[in-house]
Amino acid sequence: MSVQVLKPGLLDTLQDRGRPGHAAIGVGRAGAMDLPAWRLANALVGNRGDEAVLECTLLGPTLRFERAAWIAITGAPIIARVDGTELPGWAACWLPAGSVLQLGRMAAGCRSYLAVRGGFDVAPVLGSRSSDLHARLGRALQAGDTLPLGNTVTDAAPSDHPHALPWRLDPQPWFDFAQAPLVLLPGSHDAQLDEASRRALHAGTFRVGNDSNRTASRLDGTRLQLRAPLELISEASLPGTVQLPPSGQPIVLMAEAPVTGGYPRIGQLAAVDLPHLAQRRPGDPVCFRRGTLEQAANRLRRREQALDALCRQIERRLQHDGFLSRMTGPA
Amino acid sequence: MPAEAIQFEPLAEDALLLRFGDRIEPVLNDRVHAAVAALRDLPSLECVPAYASVLLRFEPAAWQGDDATSAHQRVEEAARITLETAHASAGTGRIHEIPVCYGGSQGPDLHALAQHLGLSDEAVVARHAGADYRVAMLGFAPGFPYLLGLDPALAMPRRPDPRPRVPAGSVAIGGLQTGIYPTELPGGWHLIGRTPLRLFDADASEPSLLAAGDRVRFRAIDAEEFADLDAAQRR
Repeated sequence: MSVQVLKPGLLDTLQDRGRPGHAAIGVGRAGAMDLPAWRLANALVGNRGDEAVLECTLLGPTLRFERAAWIAITGAPIIARVDGTELPGWAACWLPAGSVLQLGRMAAGCRSYLAVRGGFDVAPVLGSRSSDLHARLGRALQAGDTLPLGNTVTDAAPSDHPHALPWRLDPQPWFDFAQAPLVLLPGSHDAQLDEASRRALHAGTFRVGNDSNRTASRLDGTRLQLRAPLELISEASLPGTVQLPPSGQPIVLMAEAPVTGGYPRIGQLAAVDLPHLAQRRPGDPVCFRRGTLEQAANRLRRREQALDALCRQIERRLQHDGFLSRMTGPA
Repeated sequence: MPAEAIQFEPLAEDALLLRFGDRIEPVLNDRVHAAVAALRDLPSLECVPAYASVLLRFEPAAWQGDDATSAHQRVEEAARITLETAHASAGTGRIHEIPVCYGGSQGPDLHALAQHLGLSDEAVVARHAGADYRVAMLGFAPGFPYLLGLDPALAMPRRPDPRPRVPAGSVAIGGLQTGIYPTELPGGWHLIGRTPLRLFDADASEPSLLAAGDRVRFRAIDAEEFADLDAAQRR
């Protein structure tokens, strides 16, 4: 009962909510870069919510499903085909046993999420199934890998052919097609930036650098300078922290942020905008606008409430349509 | 513990930094360990110790009330009260003896470091193994300890050309610090020896051999004892 990797994509990793609680021993959280997309992918296949999904980067893998499965794809819009049938994103889709799912390029964005009913059931490490490439816990998928699926046997197949449920989510509030400015909160050391650098940070346009990854998004553009060099000792660091190393190239820490760091912190990305930055690919523009921590905390609360409400709505819809019971089947 | 000397800085929607100072000093680091010991029982909150600060990462939904008081204010208030009523001592931490095979192929930089410092290889080993260390914090990689207590006579700036691969267990000096590479990692510190002990095992019930606040002593061992201990670890 598993999924076989026939051909890996550019970078495919299993991700769940992440691995909180171990920063004191040097282990960061990792987890899905676009957490709302992760959560909604799980909701669409009727998962409880903490299951691991596959995070693909720019180009997806080709996978063979040994058994029939319900799947859903969210995040960046990606070409998904099963034996010539194109599958929509943001919808629950049925795959018969033996299906070969080809995930291609993303029309926009950087990361797509593939959830399977029951979840990918690899052994958790420190309470999470997330791969942390920076900490070397887990790794990217390779050709020939076999991924076990959670124990939710699907009973009567609705059809012999791959097909999607007739309704889908509107990706609009969750995927930032407009690439809008991202909200930047004050950092511990932004007052130490020189005048020109401060203007460039808040009014200029940066581009996501080629060497960006799950640890950090590197921002190409105006090099920033402090008025005077700062000698700092290491303190805990966080996803969303904008660091300024001596090169002057600002770096936004992402899901695999190291747990400690000693570079000046010139800003903190609002948490609601982290998934939007995660979806910017190398070359995409990044502009910042100022915000306050209070506003950002309120936006985060409203987003979580909206996600909770949407997940409940999805569950009701799946139940109402009778699909949830068909998805669940006898274990 | 007087809380008025602590600086509270909100870093993010779910993060509040407690800063005791801005220098690497044992007395500040002791306050970090005492604070973590007092704060770790607060609910829905993770403590991340560093040299002179503790990061509190909390679950905003769990700390948000119905009134206008923010989650940050509640966490800060709880931390102040906890620290003011806590006992001053964090205890001494566990004590670890770490066997180290110094020099040779296990410590390829020992001789160059000794020459640079104008000491004999034996004098470097005697000073390194003769000191008491405290784990100031873990970071850089899972289980990597930053140790306080290095004899200043052994301080040496980092290598200009970091190695792409440093073997697991390597004991190293970088600037005024000494540490142990828990797994094979890239690294720019000077490798003076190697321990056969496993510092990090993600599948163990306690993945990291060392915790922040623990005490460490090094014991010099020969190649034969290294091989025996290494074999025992593999069983």
